[in-house]
Amino acid sequence: MSVQQKSSSSSKAKPVISSVNEFVIKFANVNGSGSASANTLFAKSIFRSGIPVAPRNIFPSNIQGLPTWYEVRVSEQGYLAKRGGGVDIMVSVNPQSMMEDVQEVLPGGFFVYDDTKPLDIRMLRRDIHYIGLPLTDITNREYEDARLRQLFKNVIYVGALAALLDIKLDVIDKLISEQFAKKEKLIKPNCEALRLGFDAVRESHSCPLAIRVEARDLVGDKIMMTGNSACGLGAVYAGATVAAWYPITPSTSVAEAFEKYASQLRYDKETDTKRYAVIQAEDELAAMGMVIGANWNGARSFTATSGPGVSLMTEFLGLAYFAEVPAVLIDVQRAGPSTGMPTRTQQGDILSSVYASHGDTRHVCLFPADPFDCFKLTVDAFDIAERLQTPVIMLTDLDVGMNDCMSNPLEWDDNYQYDRGKVLSAKELEEIEKFGRYNDVDGDNIPYRTLPGTHPEKGAFFTRGTSRDEFAIYTEKGEAYQRNMERLLAKWYSAPDYLPEPVITRSGKSASGATASHGFIFFGTSRDAVHEAVDILQNNGQVIDMLQLLAVPFHDSVREFINMHDHIYVIEQNRDAQMRTVLMNELDCDPLKLRSVLHYDGSPLSASVVIERVKPLMNIENIQSSN
Amino acid sequence: MSYFKPQFRHPQLPTNERGFTRTAYEGLISTLCAGCGHDSISAAIIQACWELSLEPHRIAKVSGIGCSSKSPTYFLNKSHGFNSVHGRMPSVATGAFAGNHDLNYIGVSGDGDSASIGMGQFAHVVRRNLNMLYMVENNGCYGLTKGQDSATADEGSKSRTGQVNPFENIDLVGVALEIGATFVARSFSGDKQQLVPLIKAAIAHKGFALIDVISPCVTFNNHHGSTKSYDYTREHVQSGNIVDFVPSRTEITANYEEGQTHSVQLHDGSMLNLAKTKPEHDPGNLRAAVNALQASREEGEILTGLIYIDTEEPDFKTMMKIGEKPLNSLSQDELCPGGERLEKINASLR
Ligand SMILES: Cc1ncc(C[n+]2csc(CCOP(=O)(O)OP(=O)(O)O)c2C)c(N)n1
Ligand code: SF4
Ligand SMILES: [Mg+2]
Repeated sequence: MSVQQKSSSSSKAKPVISSVNEFVIKFANVNGSGSASANTLFAKSIFRSGIPVAPRNIFPSNIQGLPTWYEVRVSEQGYLAKRGGGVDIMVSVNPQSMMEDVQEVLPGGFFVYDDTKPLDIRMLRRDIHYIGLPLTDITNREYEDARLRQLFKNVIYVGALAALLDIKLDVIDKLISEQFAKKEKLIKPNCEALRLGFDAVRESHSCPLAIRVEARDLVGDKIMMTGNSACGLGAVYAGATVAAWYPITPSTSVAEAFEKYASQLRYDKETDTKRYAVIQAEDELAAMGMVIGANWNGARSFTATSGPGVSLMTEFLGLAYFAEVPAVLIDVQRAGPSTGMPTRTQQGDILSSVYASHGDTRHVCLFPADPFDCFKLTVDAFDIAERLQTPVIMLTDLDVGMNDCMSNPLEWDDNYQYDRGKVLSAKELEEIEKFGRYNDVDGDNIPYRTLPGTHPEKGAFFTRGTSRDEFAIYTEKGEAYQRNMERLLAKWYSAPDYLPEPVITRSGKSASGATASHGFIFFGTSRDAVHEAVDILQNNGQVIDMLQLLAVPFHDSVREFINMHDHIYVIEQNRDAQMRTVLMNELDCDPLKLRSVLHYDGSPLSASVVIERVKPLMNIENIQSSN
Repeated sequence: MSYFKPQFRHPQLPTNERGFTRTAYEGLISTLCAGCGHDSISAAIIQACWELSLEPHRIAKVSGIGCSSKSPTYFLNKSHGFNSVHGRMPSVATGAFAGNHDLNYIGVSGDGDSASIGMGQFAHVVRRNLNMLYMVENNGCYGLTKGQDSATADEGSKSRTGQVNPFENIDLVGVALEIGATFVARSFSGDKQQLVPLIKAAIAHKGFALIDVISPCVTFNNHHGSTKSYDYTREHVQSGNIVDFVPSRTEITANYEEGQTHSVQLHDGSMLNLAKTKPEHDPGNLRAAVNALQASREEGEILTGLIYIDTEEPDFKTMMKIGEKPLNSLSQDELCPGGERLEKINASLR
């Protein structure tokens, strides 16, 4: 169902993109100019109109002055990945980037700009439509204060867009009054600014445009939230009490969200005390040390960081793996190596996470795709870490972490009990003849832990990264060391029993009855782009099965999926096909069978990129890459 | 190195208030070199914990990596211990404390562990005023990696091969004073009389307590020309005060000369009585402490004793506003806001 079309009645007339609820609009702003809340207001008004929407910030590593963009995909069909390939409407509020912004508009699209000053003729294109708004004139006329002029300029263009796109003003009014519920004085001036833009554009242009919004009822009970907030809230629900962290984009807001929610939900006013501790560490090494220390004591504890932080944590991760101390690490990935592109997205930390640290180490990793997953998998991560007594690394990325994502509502089952793993109480210790911390008494490769301070006589041992025997006694005997390493490996192989299963989507058979010979494997934020690409490919007669990974190590079903298909395409957002390497390494599968579909320029993956990359591999050069 | 421990115990070994003999505080047999200063410190810790009548299992031992950091194996066998990674014990201790503030934390580190690789974490644990005893077993070298100079080696000190250290040393006592430590002491592994009461006071102190103990490495740094040898230390030690720790329940009987004593009441009610050997050094005054340290340095002496104490600064638990119930013992009900609340949060996100 495509409602977007490019109509041109005669060859001479300018093309006009006309579309209801299926378009991309991009705002070009200046960093630090207060545009973020107006842009969010716009995106939220689409959401409130019942239409699926996916907004994305594109911002530099800078606080003030450089260009930033906010790209909003409106999609009645529910496609939330970056669409790619130019925009339908550009709202240009930044003279600095105007030259490149004007080039990004698709033929027949619209360029909304401040016409207080005439447009430089170099910006003029014959194939797009210009909509001038006297933004500076209006703000100079209406406001004295320079700061107010700047702030309200943003709301004024939202008002103009409401007229141009036919978004109902009362929807936006309501959002404004919710936003300023605690600063009521601000409601009226904002609603007025909205109308300034709304009225101004109606005087000079015929509204609405051929691209417009029509209210629908397509979002149901969905929510809009950033993945980082969902992780922070997940940690609160999971019963995490100690968060230790060091600021780094794009993960900072995970710790901030944890603190925000915990301060609302776990603060005792009467005694002015908290049922949590958030420690801003001196660096990521210290953050991981604190997490390990707290978990050693049986307090659920986590940290959040990005690639550079994971690098610093690796020595400690090896200790936690070897000494079998639970730990939860949320890695919100960004484009590396080194500082790379710190405000751009990537899935580049797969190998450095799965095999973090020296010696033979392997870590459980989880891959959420949206805020629903971020919340759920954060909760799972603590259970898994305590059950398996090992670090669990959750890999999200900037795209889901820092953008408001439309997602299924968060779910909680009040009957669910945390799995605190095998920890002996004083009473249980009493009944044991001889406690051995690394003694596998149950035959499941998971020995029992004890917490400091439990029993006066029994259960104390020395936690260490040096080799020891089953009773935690230091030893350099090769056999004892090797027995322990073998058990750790066996524990790793049994880990999938506790991990979320991959999501497998079988296409069934094509019209001709062929079973799928193509299988797509992907994870994390690639999900939406891949789903969209597969829709397009299936509409073009291709038969494709999908497997969305949620965890490493892999379930048997991953091996089966690979065996079942002639061609496997591993789609990921990095240069070196890191997940493909893990698949080869862990499943020993034929490298020739695993084809790489890679995207790593720092932008989120789009369906068109997936299709462009798979076309030559699948021998289907004639397929169009967009809907 | 002692190869065996006599199994025979005297039937009438004295017991402390909790009824424990000293044995209850001992550890495994040391594998350090015979005569290593670190072993004397372990003995002092055992003595202090016994005298304080602490419950052994309510103590947590944390350390980094080094000969010194190994030593927690050799005391308090009934306590949990954590031999972490080189230079990072402070962070492990911080997390552990945040998770359970109801244990007594004894941290053991070396001069390499604290003043080189761990300098950053050392500084930060000081400024957090974490409730712990932080023991630096300072031998001026890296014992475990065979005797290289550490950052606490004094300028001009000679290595075993005769090389003279050209670099300035880092004095952790000075650093700690500078960044706001609330209990700063120095001692000598060979002076049990001084060390034991200092350890007791440090454990009773509410907040971070540093004891920098000169602890000679007999194998790599005990030769003529080294400023961390037994001989050199004995010759240059200059005690700033004689410390007497009086537990809260004991009546104060000792008599001190007027003007020569300084008493400090600790948070648990116990008293610290100091007989001053240097009347101008008032350990309750930061400026006096810094001056005393500087003066001793200029004289080429090693100032020991309690150098500075501040019982007023809020400790880590207070600053973090952690409630009385340790975080690790909160139940799911106390931690998880539940489904109804989540529905409200969902609603706020639409
Ligand atoms: C990351 C790391 N680097 C280097 C080492 C090697 N190493 C072990 S102990 C040590 C020095 C210990 O010196 P110190 O803390 O003074 O302890 P001592 O042995 O003197 O008591 C070094 C460098 C290590 N274990 N880890
Ligand atoms: S090498 Fe030095 S520090 Fe290490 S045990 Fe021997 S004497 Fe002690
Ligand atoms: Mg040393």
